[in-house]
Amino acid sequence: MAKFDINRDQTPLVEMRDICISFGGVHAVDHVSVDLYPGEVVGLLGHNGAGKSTLIKILSGAYQGDSGEILINGQKVEINNPRDARAHKIETIYQTLALADNLDAASNLFLGRELVTSFGLVDDDAMESECRKIMGRLNPNFKKFAEPVSALSGGQRQSVAIARAVYFDARILIMDEPTAALGPHETQMVSELIQQLKAEGIGIFLISHDIHDVMELCDRASVMKNGKLVGTVDVDDVTDDDLLGMIILGKQPGSSGAE
Amino acid sequence: MTHSDADLSPATPKKNIVQTLELDLRLLGMIGAFAVLCIGFDLVTGGRFLTPRNIFNLTIQTVSVAIMATGMVFVIVTRHIDLSVGALLATCSAVMAMTQTQFLPNVLGLGLGHPLIPWISIAVGLLVGTLIGAFQGWMVGYLTIPAFIVTLGGLLVWRNVGWYLTSGKTIGPLDPTFQKFGGINGTLGATGSWILGLLAVAGALYGLWNSRRNKIKHGFTVKPLWAEGVLAGIITAAILGFVAILNAYEVPTRKLQRMFEARGEVMPEGFTQSYGIPISVLLLIFIAIVMTILAKRTRLGRYIFATGGNPDAAELSGINTRWLTVKIFALMGALCAISAVVASARLTNHSNDIGTLDELRVIAAAVIGGTALAGGLGTIHGAILGALIMQSLQSGMAMVGVDAPLQNIVVGAVLVLAVLIDIIYRKKTGES
Repeated sequence: MAKFDINRDQTPLVEMRDICISFGGVHAVDHVSVDLYPGEVVGLLGHNGAGKSTLIKILSGAYQGDSGEILINGQKVEINNPRDARAHKIETIYQTLALADNLDAASNLFLGRELVTSFGLVDDDAMESECRKIMGRLNPNFKKFAEPVSALSGGQRQSVAIARAVYFDARILIMDEPTAALGPHETQMVSELIQQLKAEGIGIFLISHDIHDVMELCDRASVMKNGKLVGTVDVDDVTDDDLLGMIILGKQPGSSGAE
Repeated sequence: MTHSDADLSPATPKKNIVQTLELDLRLLGMIGAFAVLCIGFDLVTGGRFLTPRNIFNLTIQTVSVAIMATGMVFVIVTRHIDLSVGALLATCSAVMAMTQTQFLPNVLGLGLGHPLIPWISIAVGLLVGTLIGAFQGWMVGYLTIPAFIVTLGGLLVWRNVGWYLTSGKTIGPLDPTFQKFGGINGTLGATGSWILGLLAVAGALYGLWNSRRNKIKHGFTVKPLWAEGVLAGIITAAILGFVAILNAYEVPTRKLQRMFEARGEVMPEGFTQSYGIPISVLLLIFIAIVMTILAKRTRLGRYIFATGGNPDAAELSGINTRWLTVKIFALMGALCAISAVVASARLTNHSNDIGTLDELRVIAAAVIGGTALAGGLGTIHGAILGALIMQSLQSGMAMVGVDAPLQNIVVGAVLVLAVLIDIIYRKKTGES
């Protein structure tokens, strides 16, 4: 697959430095540092409970880290809640999709950022109109604008979640297992979207279980185990087995040493 | 992204009349059940149920529970419950009764009958209700105590705070202006009711037209014009019919004679006067409109439904769900205070047992009206219709002469049955 040129001499889009968080004495994330450049996809790999989702939730504002710092375009920032993250143009597509099932696509797309009329009332017609525009771009077959999203298929729900991230001009996109609930066809749709977003210079953190996904979609991969960072590698320099070794044994490729 | 899952339905199926009019099937079902109930009671009682007088009484008896039911919709939609509404009503009623009969006239020295007394009392009652509601909401939202427990405790606490404030005595008579909010003591009369009815028709037609214009502006497909016409016709007929019925209920001749005598006049021969729309019903309609706008057209309402549908999603979308909980319970408290005005004004005094068991009637009204206890679903008009169905059932049975214990047994059974029908309906239509 063609890779875009990523200039790693410039300031990274995101730098998470020395992040720690613990829950009841368990170090869920233990001195982890990762970074992300414009137009780059960085995969976060690891077992269940390795700490990858927790790390990324600190960036998206769902959790607050105990220590460490976050830099966006080289500037240190405070992210205390999801609103702060959104203000820094960080958008997240959660594994559970984070959609309110009882609301329609437009209401979900604009949830927390509704368009309002001059009287301050929510403008459903304007939101539906905007929703139709962006869905026309992302998923032209999408027609169910009036139904609650519970009536949608997995792929359609995914496109609503993606539309939400794309509509608000994300610079940094976090995708937590974006293809976990999808069929092959829909997975293809997501990978095409990722290529398109990369071309626009958006940086993407992709959390995945699937090594093949990561090998295909990502430029670099950061592997975590037991809350610690095993290492960050360029995917072109490693094999599937190298990555597996990092995930399972926590060993660096090329080295025979243990942790 | 061009080849995602295709929409498999080949062509739009031919729409039936309900779809063309874009009517809510569940609402139609409830209206149908209500109509069957009313006609049934009317037949059994030999035409005594659907008289202007009984319809007038039914509406004013429904108001207090219906007002609270609109707030209960928001509480239940966000997956909470409020068991304290009847007790909170009692506390608000006690506070307002004491304010207008003891505190303002005696302590502040305004004297009984001062024109400000009813308004200050209502303001105090609203403040107390809102604060108590907000306090309970804070315990639910920030201290994360389950709403069931907070409000179960509240049921005991506020019922007995009301008792303590009044030493268990009946406080009255309440201020004459205050009593106008009760129902029969404050109505608009025939002319006023007609004017209001016409204004309401104008408002409804403007709303329909405006919504159509907006949809056209954004290039959406709209209903055919004849469908809009039918809808406008139904709405106009319903509003004016309601006004006509309430206007047909005339003040009894004896009462009119006494009113004239009190003024030192003689009643002219053949003089009649209609009650028209009660102020309490007007209040309910106003609250219903405000609550519907709140639910459908404000961010607060959108967040309430989003939180009910998926609390995590709401939180991740940047909605402060804790503060939202405080707001919802504060609103519920304010509505309890308004209900307290109506309920105590209707009785012309505050009695110690006011609002007893109202929590159950209010929850039942919301649930019969289609509010799902699992959260995320519910409508204001449904809850009001639910309250009306409950009240009709109760007064209808009383009119037929069903014994009191049997009445309650039937009401309880109907509640469970209504929810069962709702569950079956949702399964059939594929809603979860």
